[in-house]
Amino acid sequence: MKLRLFFLGLVAALALASTAQAGTLDNVRKNGFLRCGVSEGQPGFSNPDQRGNWTGIDVDYCRAVAVAIFNDPNKVRFVPVSFAERFTALQAGQFDILSHNTTWTMDRDVAQGLEFIGVDFYDGQGFMVRKSLGVNSALKLDGATLCTQTGTTSELNAADFFRAHKLKYKILVYQKASEYIAAYDAGRCDAATTDRSGLAGDRLKLKNPADHILLPETISKEPLGPAVRHGDQQWGDLCRWTLFALVNAEELGVNSRNVDAQLNSTSPEIRRLLGKEGAFGQELGLANDWAYRIVKRLGNYGEIYERGVGLNTPLKLPRGLNNLWNKGGIMYAPPIR
Amino acid sequence: MARPRARHAWWRDTRWQGIALQALALVAIAAVGLWLAHNAIGALSRRHVASGFAFLGHTAGFGISQVLIPYTEESSYGQAMWVGLVNTLVVSAVSIVLSTLIGFVVGIGRLSGNWLVAKLCTVYVETLRNIPLLLQVVFWYFGVLQTLPGPRDSLALGSWIVLNNRGVYVPEVIFAPGSWLVVLALAVGLAVFFALYGWAQRLQRKTGRRPTIWWAAPLLVIGLPALALFVERVPFALSWPQLAGFSYEGGLQINSELAGLTIALSIYTAAYIAEIVRAGLVSVARGQREAAEALGLRRGLALRLVLIPQAMRVIIPPLASEYLSLTKNSSLAIAIGYPDLVAVFAGTVLNQTGQAIEILSLTMAIYLALSLVTSALMNLYNRAHALEGLG
Repeated sequence: MKLRLFFLGLVAALALASTAQAGTLDNVRKNGFLRCGVSEGQPGFSNPDQRGNWTGIDVDYCRAVAVAIFNDPNKVRFVPVSFAERFTALQAGQFDILSHNTTWTMDRDVAQGLEFIGVDFYDGQGFMVRKSLGVNSALKLDGATLCTQTGTTSELNAADFFRAHKLKYKILVYQKASEYIAAYDAGRCDAATTDRSGLAGDRLKLKNPADHILLPETISKEPLGPAVRHGDQQWGDLCRWTLFALVNAEELGVNSRNVDAQLNSTSPEIRRLLGKEGAFGQELGLANDWAYRIVKRLGNYGEIYERGVGLNTPLKLPRGLNNLWNKGGIMYAPPIR
Repeated sequence: MARPRARHAWWRDTRWQGIALQALALVAIAAVGLWLAHNAIGALSRRHVASGFAFLGHTAGFGISQVLIPYTEESSYGQAMWVGLVNTLVVSAVSIVLSTLIGFVVGIGRLSGNWLVAKLCTVYVETLRNIPLLLQVVFWYFGVLQTLPGPRDSLALGSWIVLNNRGVYVPEVIFAPGSWLVVLALAVGLAVFFALYGWAQRLQRKTGRRPTIWWAAPLLVIGLPALALFVERVPFALSWPQLAGFSYEGGLQINSELAGLTIALSIYTAAYIAEIVRAGLVSVARGQREAAEALGLRRGLALRLVLIPQAMRVIIPPLASEYLSLTKNSSLAIAIGYPDLVAVFAGTVLNQTGQAIEILSLTMAIYLALSLVTSALMNLYNRAHALEGLG
């Protein structure tokens, strides 16, 4: 398995040399489909159902890019990849976009050859414990054993939090989500720790989800978003503005039900978004109505959010920070103009 | 008898041709290697991927659950690598000893005259060899050890042994200042006794008369340390496992990750070792067994003095390769959260730094070094025990 990773590393180094010139968009067009690296199963973000259909925010974002390019949400191949292997696999060219609950950090952006294109979910790390433990704050976890997954920022944040508060802890790191959840469920550790959205999804996998609670503390900032390989500006722009189009559509009140009617809108902002004015799509190398297509087929950011993790899903995550900036959240996209 | 040498130009000599071809191949491989390295370095820098080994000195910032050498979150990635390596060595060394013990018992058992024992041993070997090791690791950890009660409902024998799903806790000896004198006394006592024993052996071999030295054993091995203990006023203390906060503290703790991995590796590898031992015993000529019987040696003695020493020559080489596999298999640790070299270094450190090529090269170099050392040790043993004139 690690040999696989090593092989990936070598391929990455070689692939970089050859793909540096050829544009990712050209390659995607030539293949006829987009390849999207996603997590191996994270409810609400990228999760295959019994029939093998992928659902979730991370998945829908990739579908949006596919619609922008091909006008077809099904022209995506999802490549499940572990937390530990995801960056190397992106470098090795195993997929065109990494959409994988990935925290945007400086080191990843600057030193690991990644290009983060924005934030599609504002998250923060939390703790989950058994109710029977009688703990109501992370500050009472002195001496606790934590379980988490390898290849995440969670290991570092937990260390920072416990050091900052001079609390003792032990951390057990498992390779897969299933293993870390099994160990927590068996009582090997006192608390499970990862991003709060991840904990909400992981709780559903426990034997008795109702016996567990999330502690109130959020100990880190986890801006999650898609990333592409560093160095392909055109591809980065296309992916970035696909995300911004989703957010702008929600802010302008354009959704999958009213988008056809909105084509006749007199609002210049809506007209620019839907390709009625300007040549914004063409400048990205796409059809001018790229954003219309996206909203028509997949809806705006709010619709994708509600479908993935919203109050009518098992995760029941309130919008919170992920609400639009003018509705009490911090979700904000630069204007199309 | 010297062969008449064909008279033709040296470049048509097959020996020279062979050497030239090999040299060419070597140059070609080196060239491809250099080209790959050059490409990789260029590509990495164009994509702003950090490269080089400077990261080994950077602060790690993460915690590790089993730390046997000094390490804190402020330590470097390089130090984290050593922690992982030590953990790999611990689980490998313990598993090598256990699997050898179990393997010999089962291997000998398969050749037992007792039908039930022989069949049980056969079932052991056939079952365990045919179940993937990862499955066994997961089974022992999640299926067995994690079904033990939690810390607050631990199975406990007073405070002597506490068993729960976190691990096994036993009292730990704390060495106070002055304890070195006791340890020294014990070492000196043992050394003197063994010297005495060797002297007695040599004397017996030479003269046939064996001096009585049994009285020296308690005096040297017990008396001397006891004296030191008295002089230093017992510089030891016991640390007892105690329920504190979420779990047990104090005492010596064997984490259930270490226990699960050790059990799985030992039991699995033992099945292969059993077959090697069986093959070794079967390879000893039947006459040797009959000769041992003719001498009136009982089965146990015959095994110990006649059969196993001869079988060892067949057993050692494949045994060495089992030890190598076991060490490499210990990297399955990552599935159950045991912080071995692969989990800590090729897992967490790789992910924090993203330097896949450097880290995986280093990891492979370390495993290669471990393999070479193991092979070398086993070869040394083999040479020391090879048949004279045949080695």
